[in-house]
Amino acid sequence: MTEHDIVVIGGGPAGMAAAVAAFDRGVKDVVIIDRENTLGGILNQCIHNGFGLHKLGQELTGPEYASVYTDMVKERGIKVYTETTVTNLNKEKILTATNKNGLLTIKANSVILAMGCRERSRGALNISGTRPAGIYSAGTAQRLINCEGYSVGKKVVILGSGDIGLIMARRLTLQGAKVEAVCEILPYSGGLIRNIVQCLEDYDIPLYLSTTVCEIHGKDRVTGVTVAKVDENRQPIENTKRFIECDTLLLSCGLIPENELSLSAGIELDRATGGAVVDGMRQTSVEGIFACGNVLQVHDLVDYVSDEAEIAGVGAADYVLGNTEKNQVIKAVAGCGIRYVIPQRVSKDRGDTSFYFRVKAPCGRVRLSAKSGDVVLASVIRQKVAPGEMEKISIKGDMLSKAYGDLVVEMEVL
Amino acid sequence: MIYDVLVIGGGVIGCMTARELSKYKLLVCLAEKQNDVAVGATKANSGIIHGGYDPIPNTLKARLNARGVEKLFEAAEMLNVPYRKNGSLICAFGKEEEQEIYTLFERGRQNGISGLRIISGDEARKIEPELSEEVTLALQVQNAGIISPYKLAIASMGNAMDNGVAFERNFEVTDISKNEEGVFVVASNDGKELMCRYLINCAGAYSGIISKMAGGEEYDIIPRAGEYMLLDKTEGKTVSHTIFQVPTKAGKGVLVTPTADGNLLLGPTAAQVEYSDNTNTTSKGLSDVSLLVKKSVPTVDLSKVITSFTGVRASIEGGDFIIEESKTVGGLINAVAIDSPGLTCCVAIAEYIVNLLRKSGLYLESRSDWNGFRTSEDTFYKLDDNQKNEFIKTHAAYGRIICRCEGITEGEIRACLRQNPPAWDMDGVKRRTRTGMGRCQGGFCSPYVIKLISEELGIPMEEVTKKGGKSYMLTGRL
Repeated sequence: MTEHDIVVIGGGPAGMAAAVAAFDRGVKDVVIIDRENTLGGILNQCIHNGFGLHKLGQELTGPEYASVYTDMVKERGIKVYTETTVTNLNKEKILTATNKNGLLTIKANSVILAMGCRERSRGALNISGTRPAGIYSAGTAQRLINCEGYSVGKKVVILGSGDIGLIMARRLTLQGAKVEAVCEILPYSGGLIRNIVQCLEDYDIPLYLSTTVCEIHGKDRVTGVTVAKVDENRQPIENTKRFIECDTLLLSCGLIPENELSLSAGIELDRATGGAVVDGMRQTSVEGIFACGNVLQVHDLVDYVSDEAEIAGVGAADYVLGNTEKNQVIKAVAGCGIRYVIPQRVSKDRGDTSFYFRVKAPCGRVRLSAKSGDVVLASVIRQKVAPGEMEKISIKGDMLSKAYGDLVVEMEVL
Repeated sequence: MIYDVLVIGGGVIGCMTARELSKYKLLVCLAEKQNDVAVGATKANSGIIHGGYDPIPNTLKARLNARGVEKLFEAAEMLNVPYRKNGSLICAFGKEEEQEIYTLFERGRQNGISGLRIISGDEARKIEPELSEEVTLALQVQNAGIISPYKLAIASMGNAMDNGVAFERNFEVTDISKNEEGVFVVASNDGKELMCRYLINCAGAYSGIISKMAGGEEYDIIPRAGEYMLLDKTEGKTVSHTIFQVPTKAGKGVLVTPTADGNLLLGPTAAQVEYSDNTNTTSKGLSDVSLLVKKSVPTVDLSKVITSFTGVRASIEGGDFIIEESKTVGGLINAVAIDSPGLTCCVAIAEYIVNLLRKSGLYLESRSDWNGFRTSEDTFYKLDDNQKNEFIKTHAAYGRIICRCEGITEGEIRACLRQNPPAWDMDGVKRRTRTGMGRCQGGFCSPYVIKLISEELGIPMEEVTKKGGKSYMLTGRL
């Protein structure tokens, strides 16, 4: 059995940033485990730019952003296990993994979970019809096109206006396919506003809101889909059904944090995020196990992923070095208009703290506040908010220490 | 070449019959319309090994079910097919439905079934805590189980091929005639021909068409579609028995059952369809299943659905199996209307068919070198951790996990593309190894599997299909 101080599961942007932060905080025995043959995670297939605008002041492509961190990992001599899959993790922080050299058992002092997420499949969406070739989740199609160099279809309908769906609408168009429509079941798009403009409007791709795909046709390969408008209960309205001819259906209907290992370690998950319940240093309910990146909450911007991962990296290092966040823990909860808040638990004496959250529905001018009882700990006004754009509210240390009872993040329409 | 026996249809009945025939010194071939075995009703059913209380006494179904259960367990053992003897619970809700429990118990007794017990709703809830409070009476069936139906077909065909049976894929029978020597000439839609002395019709939903084509009896097959929902393995322990609902005026009721692989299966509906290949799922069907399962197991977590599918079974007015030599065409054995409990009876049916051949005059001499254990099989999954570790050192591909959800390695995927019967498409790899059957439904592993199929079969990536024919995964190079 090998032993390491910190094991990072996942070598994408979250895993790399966490490993670097932990190393720089003072723990040199850090290793990263990744199932691919290179570091970079999902960034390796995101060849569009827009990464790093906030963090690095540049607009890099996914692989470029990744290489900033792989360079840092290399410079520090952090050990990386590639093409290695962790198959089990337990409460005692013992991991089992497998690669071409055999099975590995590693005892870690601290673990950082950075496994990212998976996409919701057709089966999970209960779309009826046939089961032909030509149905892809957007990320899988992205990989095939950008990394393997193959086209997945010629005439495409995309279900889901989340960022991945929008990015793929543009990618497919640039690559020569015809994107007939992007359908979105909600009355508003789930993606970043800049993506709606740069991926749909710029290419004249129609976006049909309050519309879903209710049936797939085609025996061997997709021949078309039936779409329909939906009512307030998101149920298809019979007489709005129409057929769109296509040979490909792309699904971009939600990302699900990959918490299988977290469950096997007995970590408490938050139903609203699909990820772990964490404290200010991103430590989970199991001591010494931390989480960051998409496995904790689905992010829109990799910049925030890196920020969050740095916190987890520092947290894991401090844990190993014997300093942990304790004392006077209060809960942070989602109040009016808010879907979830991370971190869910903080020590009120920890100093300046930022909370990350999402609103439930799009809104115009609002006030976002963090309150404890009647005391407003921090407050910010936004002109426009949407569920697809993660928000952040920062509370100064001296204000946070005034909190008692639950800390509530809420939205007030102005 | 003239085969002694040609089996038409690569479902579980055809494959098990091929295996049974391979025990004898015969030249045997199995012809299948699609790109692989097990792609009809065999891959889309409940996977239940039925207890045998349900068929009407003295019917062929009743006799073969009573005989078939133990034979199936034995075959599953020899072929390494995942199965479990988990037992069934047939549930009644209220006085009116309770009558059906007594009826089934009596029928079971007449069919010679042991291990049947009538228990109260409370006793049922003691052994199945998630069972509805509304269950008032139940029939507990000990000698019943669950099995992977497509793995059974694949394994029995593999074993048959290891013992010398030939396999003709993509052979859609379009004409059957007899030449001057009385030998069957079976032609395919693309001009191929197979000749045989005896013809076994195991064509499932198309068995009526095949019999008619050969000049045999005109069976009126009624195709019945059943829709299913499959839930994540996290829900696989919701119940341990296979939970049935008694048939009522409203319908046959739906099952809630663990599967042999550890998922939870819900369904089926039972709607008559127009075409035998109408394997669509429908929104009505899926919502019917969702509603009906709540009756027996209210805590089923439908948010954990990972996929749904439909299977079409061949039913017939009269409801019994029809397995007989044609009265109009000598040498043609029809196995028709093999709906439930067809899977349970498949070994017994195979033996029954071989007996009919014997009666028809085919000389059956046993082979001394017959091996009923599946030799062409990757047994990596059976190794313990230490053995796996050692094995990986000399077979590196088994150390690389491709399907994260189910933990399947590159070595296992390559192996399934080489062993009898080899996979030829994505679905074939999926059914042999479970790659793509997990919660992400191939989202992560598909690109890797396309590559592996391309490498092993020596075809460009653009020619890799999902299930043969024109079901191409990719539409060209960039």
